[in-house]
Amino acid sequence: MMTSHVLVGLVRLLVGAHARWIGCKPSPAQRIYFANHSSHLDTLALWSALPPNLRATTRPVAARDYWGHGGFRGFIADHGFRAVYIERDRTRCDGDPLLPLREALDTGESLIIFPEGTRSQQPLPQPFKAGLFHLARDYPQAELVPVYLDSLHRSMPKGSLLPVPLTCVVRFGETMRLRANEDKDDFLRRAHAAVVALA
Amino acid sequence: MTAQQKFWWVMGGILALLLLASAIGGWLGRRAAPGKREVIDNLNARIRAWWWMAALLCACFVLGRVATLVFFALASFFALREFATLTPTRRGDHLPLVLCFYVAIPLQYWLIGIDWYGLFAICIPVYGFLLLPAITALSGDTENFLERTTKIQWGLMLTVYCVSYAPAVLLLHIPGYQGQSLLLMLYLLLVVQISDVLQYVFGKLFGRHKLAPRVSPSKTVEGLVGGGLSAIAIGACLWWITPFTFWGSAGMSLVIVLAGFLGGLALSAVKRSIGAKDWGSMIEGHGGILDRLDSVTFAAPIFFHIVHYVFM
Repeated sequence: MMTSHVLVGLVRLLVGAHARWIGCKPSPAQRIYFANHSSHLDTLALWSALPPNLRATTRPVAARDYWGHGGFRGFIADHGFRAVYIERDRTRCDGDPLLPLREALDTGESLIIFPEGTRSQQPLPQPFKAGLFHLARDYPQAELVPVYLDSLHRSMPKGSLLPVPLTCVVRFGETMRLRANEDKDDFLRRAHAAVVALA
Repeated sequence: MTAQQKFWWVMGGILALLLLASAIGGWLGRRAAPGKREVIDNLNARIRAWWWMAALLCACFVLGRVATLVFFALASFFALREFATLTPTRRGDHLPLVLCFYVAIPLQYWLIGIDWYGLFAICIPVYGFLLLPAITALSGDTENFLERTTKIQWGLMLTVYCVSYAPAVLLLHIPGYQGQSLLLMLYLLLVVQISDVLQYVFGKLFGRHKLAPRVSPSKTVEGLVGGGLSAIAIGACLWWITPFTFWGSAGMSLVIVLAGFLGGLALSAVKRSIGAKDWGSMIEGHGGILDRLDSVTFAAPIFFHIVHYVFM
């Protein structure tokens, strides 16, 4: 708990992480927040932008190869924001890579995911990977919330160690769901467009 | 009167002003026509923010010089954060910006803390000025190099170097005024901010002729003259907390008011050129922290150097 408070304070000090609820209001309903991914700060910024009561039940999905090696980063991920680790390297994981995410959703928790899978250097996101579609199909009760994070690609670009403090605004869009008979590509394009529309 | 007593008299005056402002704001709020709602709500948000700012300033005095320096270092930090957020940068600017935030800000305020005037005055304008573009050049990215370097230099000079001149009055050891330099800072900030507020009030009440409509539509001749003269009168009447005579204090207030006005004007032009209305949203009703500090950035260094020249 203490670690979380210190962490949120630090994130606020460095990048602000001001929430703008444009298309929806904060709600305790189970949600999957999906956002553009341009820096390692994204996870922290989106999570810090949530109101404290939602933060307690919302877990960011974090790459095991970056956050999961213990040390300081591991401490933040485990005790600060309770990361759900995902294996990005398919060769190192047999079976369903989404299994840890499903386990978290099964207990009723909300998730934060970055469907591009990797950081992009651009302000606008790359095409989304299929994981979001599978979760949307298997957990129809969860509300999908598009989120756009601005300025973080400048704050901590790939290859940099320290973040430049820049004010980041976190914009939450209108909730969406998988439509009946909607195929994977159509859905992923629609989800991608929902994030881009917030940019 | 001791410095302590003078301070509490001034604080009492500020308290009375804020109570009066809140009372007027509350009264206007109750009888505002629906169309005027927005202006009055903004006015009341501004007054609430003033209570906070006055409380923070008061805390600085009670806690002493280290707290004051930390407070202003944070103000510089947030102001530079606003400036850097609004000015597009590229990957190659990352290291210079990191140095501005994590080296230049602590160093500048530390130099005030250890009373090293010589280095305080030249550290950013000489060493920072020369080193930062060289470091940017090392990244190898020459696209818009001149523009990018200029943005970093401007941001650093305004938000760190110029803002640090407000607590730098601690470096002034004026004969016969020892141990009271924080009062001089209070005087500077009071005159700057009262001038801003009164120019706003006079402009809203009597403003007819716009001064620079393209740069800052809210600045009017009536506001500048009415607000400026009133602020000078108040500044002159505060001579007893300064090392100046009554007329000396009036002259210093004139300088502060004019410099503050020019600062607001120049920074409004910067805002226009990057297409922003406010610098940020940190202070409710006012916009960003730079919207409140814009006049201080110009008034503080000029005030400091005139006092330095006259008394030292």
